[in-house]
Amino acid sequence: MINDKNSQKIVDIIQNWARKHSIWVLAYGTGCGAIEIPPTMTSRYDAERLGVRGAATPRQADVLLVTGYLTTKTLKRVIRVYEQMQDPKFVIGFGSCTINGGMYYDSYNTIKLLDKYLPVDVYINGCMPRPEAVLAGFGKLQEIIAEGRANGAQKYKDNLEWYKANQKKIIPSLLTTDYNW
Amino acid sequence: MDLLTNILGAIATIILAFVVGMSYGGIVRKITARVHNRLGPPWYQNFIDAYKLFGKTTAIHHGWMQIMGPAFLMVSSVVTLMFVPVLNNGGWFTNLNFKGDLIFLLYLMVFGPLGMALGAGQTGNPNSAIGVTRGLSQMVGFEIPWVMALVALMIQFNTTTITGLMDVQQMSGTWLMFSSPFAFIAAVLAMLGMFRYSPFDIVGAPTELASGPVSENGGKFLFTMMSSGSIFSFVKLTLYVDLFMGGADNLIILLIKTFSIYMIPVLYGIVSPRYRTEQAIRFFWGWPLFFGILAILYAAIF
Repeated sequence: MINDKNSQKIVDIIQNWARKHSIWVLAYGTGCGAIEIPPTMTSRYDAERLGVRGAATPRQADVLLVTGYLTTKTLKRVIRVYEQMQDPKFVIGFGSCTINGGMYYDSYNTIKLLDKYLPVDVYINGCMPRPEAVLAGFGKLQEIIAEGRANGAQKYKDNLEWYKANQKKIIPSLLTTDYNW
Repeated sequence: MDLLTNILGAIATIILAFVVGMSYGGIVRKITARVHNRLGPPWYQNFIDAYKLFGKTTAIHHGWMQIMGPAFLMVSSVVTLMFVPVLNNGGWFTNLNFKGDLIFLLYLMVFGPLGMALGAGQTGNPNSAIGVTRGLSQMVGFEIPWVMALVALMIQFNTTTITGLMDVQQMSGTWLMFSSPFAFIAAVLAMLGMFRYSPFDIVGAPTELASGPVSENGGKFLFTMMSSGSIFSFVKLTLYVDLFMGGADNLIILLIKTFSIYMIPVLYGIVSPRYRTEQAIRFFWGWPLFFGILAILYAAIF
């Protein structure tokens, strides 16, 4: 009974509804984008009314918010953080730097496209994106979670070799761990 | 038949405590948001959070003690719940009450955090270790005025049962917060530390310690901790109402009384910044201790 397809569908709908309304964000504040998070969370824009609140550690978080550019040094840490998070997990690329490098497009030590290294579910563009844009990004994420299309983590598992190869190109010393999903 | 009623009563009590504790948590989030001039999440946000946490996978394994930690917390909360009478005169299921249960309760309330401390120790996260040391230091701080307040009550009324103290209030018609005021003041000041709102949120300080002892726990572990925390806060509030505010005759009065006493740590916390560990301990060993000693003298002399 429990395992047949229709009841699974109902369970999925309820779970996606809960996931949509309870988004715990781990803001990985590497770039300048981190300065836009406090106004988003505090009294003017109040993201908590949408169920968005900060998580203290990657273990508790649902969403990894990569705010701004990633240098090759920080990419290593952000990969570790992403792999410590528990399923279901989503990534938001925040600012132009995660899409095409932004103002660091010709820098020798920043990555240009985050999606080559981690599976990004939603991009928020702009330099800087204002809190309205951040809230719109969260709204988009809620939309695709509700529709069940936020499957970045699954994509990461399916294409692990490709992602790992890309990561190793940037960080030759990256220690790959054994995974037993 | 009797056993069946007991088991059903226990389950009903747990469900009541869970629902009330979770709703109170949500209402507190709403009140905090209103004080911050925000709209805030809906009052049922904690239920959504709990359901989502329960639906997450948990691929964390640091050893068996880490898994036992949240279980210890849950067991401690539930067993404590079983010893606290919910309503006056057996209006709700009387789960477990015996002679001397107030003394037993003092030991039992420390059991959960100690188990959690062992569990947090095994995760190997430095934030957890710092959080545990802070939590245990703070516990040494607030347990002393709390124990002194309870001992004062025991001396004053010659009873060590919670139901005995409730009967005293029923018989005399005055609440214990008026007939032994110093014990009440000491207990309320100890309560500020017990609920771990600001300025005593030094254990799980999110920006400072990355949520302290729970920093390596996600998903179902966090769900267990969240629900056991909700149950435990209901237990503590009911205990305060039973001991100092004359118990409650029905659930509506219980809700009103527990909520009003819950507002003391919450409202004090919303407008307060965080103490350092030594400041917190100095606070508890200052005026609360003084009122505790005064309560015992008052009980012994009068």
